[in-house]
Amino acid sequence: MFDSFKKTEVYKSVFRHSYQDTQRNRALQVVDNVFLHLHPVRIARHAADVGFTWGMGGISFLLFLILTITGIILMFYYRPTAQYAYEDMKYLMNDVAFGPLIRNMHRWAAHAMVLTVMLHMFRVFLTGSYKPPRQFNWVVGVVLLLLTLLLSFSGYLLPWDQLSIWAVTVGTNMARATPLLGHQGPFGPQLGMRPDNDIRFLLLGGTEVGPPTLLRFYVGHCIFLPVIAAVFMIVHFWRVRKDGGISGPDINKKAA
Amino acid sequence: MAEQTPADPSRPEPQSSTPTTPVATPQPAPVQITSTPPPRKAKQDRAPEEDPGIWRMNRRNLLAITGWLAFLSFIVASTIGALRFMFPRVLFEPPTKFKAGFPQDYVIGEVSDKYKEAHRVWIIRDNAGFYSLIAICTHLGCTPRWLPSDNKFKCPCHGSGYYKSGINFEGPAPRPLERAYIGLTDDGEIQVDTSVTFRYELGQWGKPGSFLTYTG
Repeated sequence: MFDSFKKTEVYKSVFRHSYQDTQRNRALQVVDNVFLHLHPVRIARHAADVGFTWGMGGISFLLFLILTITGIILMFYYRPTAQYAYEDMKYLMNDVAFGPLIRNMHRWAAHAMVLTVMLHMFRVFLTGSYKPPRQFNWVVGVVLLLLTLLLSFSGYLLPWDQLSIWAVTVGTNMARATPLLGHQGPFGPQLGMRPDNDIRFLLLGGTEVGPPTLLRFYVGHCIFLPVIAAVFMIVHFWRVRKDGGISGPDINKKAA
Repeated sequence: MAEQTPADPSRPEPQSSTPTTPVATPQPAPVQITSTPPPRKAKQDRAPEEDPGIWRMNRRNLLAITGWLAFLSFIVASTIGALRFMFPRVLFEPPTKFKAGFPQDYVIGEVSDKYKEAHRVWIIRDNAGFYSLIAICTHLGCTPRWLPSDNKFKCPCHGSGYYKSGINFEGPAPRPLERAYIGLTDDGEIQVDTSVTFRYELGQWGKPGSFLTYTG
């Protein structure tokens, strides 16, 4: 019965090789899988050493995946308008099945991701992994740190409670002092910047934190910033491979 | 490289295994060749000197440049349009202009808290007339309080203090409070506009609108 099933076109199109533990099948398992084949064929011994890498880059990526999934789930109950946002957050926390779990996963993963990205950066600095030929990837990493912080900041407004509104009020007040583009920054007034046409106005969609701000931050948080971050992550991982995998101790120095 | 003999033992260094183009690069060291290789066309990896490239004006390049310019102008125009799109024309915000009663309603020397809750300004009546101070601390934006017994504005957040004039004298505030526009409507009522501000440190407190002289 099972043997005849194994001979069907459907089975053969899904499972493309036998399961015997041979070198060939092991290689096929990796090569025939779109996700596994993205991994390098071989890595250096130190690249698997947690004491060397701390695993922080990988953990950051894992947290990003968790945040994407839990974030999409939260979007089913959250409406980004001033009328409903706070109520929906309360609803999620009190009456939605597994709502508190999903929201807290999102919240804690977000806090953790800021931490792991910084620790990842710290490790890269300590091991000198920003040095040639990896300078470009360091710059990509700095952009990713910035995007992580922006994602964290924009998500902070979405509960729409007093804490988030005032935190974002204080945070976006910094934009007033942007050189040239802020109405209180150097050369801003000379260029005709007012509270209702400067960079902060663009950010808030108004002259103060209000309903347009909530919508802007929501779209930025759920669509714009994650997509940009994903693009930079692709470049980041691709550069790791192109620059010879995870950096290690200087082989030439050791030999001398 | 198949025609090449094994490396000459008299040579100091063995050559690298990467094949070099035999025509383009001059060979400093004599290479022993058993038979002449078939003449190969040199690969062009560098433009000829002084080559104008796409800027050589023939029909094909003119069309290419035109195409690129059209594409670029499309991108630039779309970017500007998208950016303008993000600046709303209509704001659904409370109006910044409001009427604040008649001049006779105010007592000389008093700081009026009446419009602080709704519009975040004080209206102060001194001997000569009126001015309105915006109740936003210049340190980090909290709302200060008017303390009549101490005759000063005091910020509860970090202790910045301001005189009745709005000039800062204690705490971390870096500059005086801002004044809002104050004037009279046609029917003689006081009008305040919080979107028009006057800053002392920029010498704006003498400007028209920063002070309303009492005319009875």
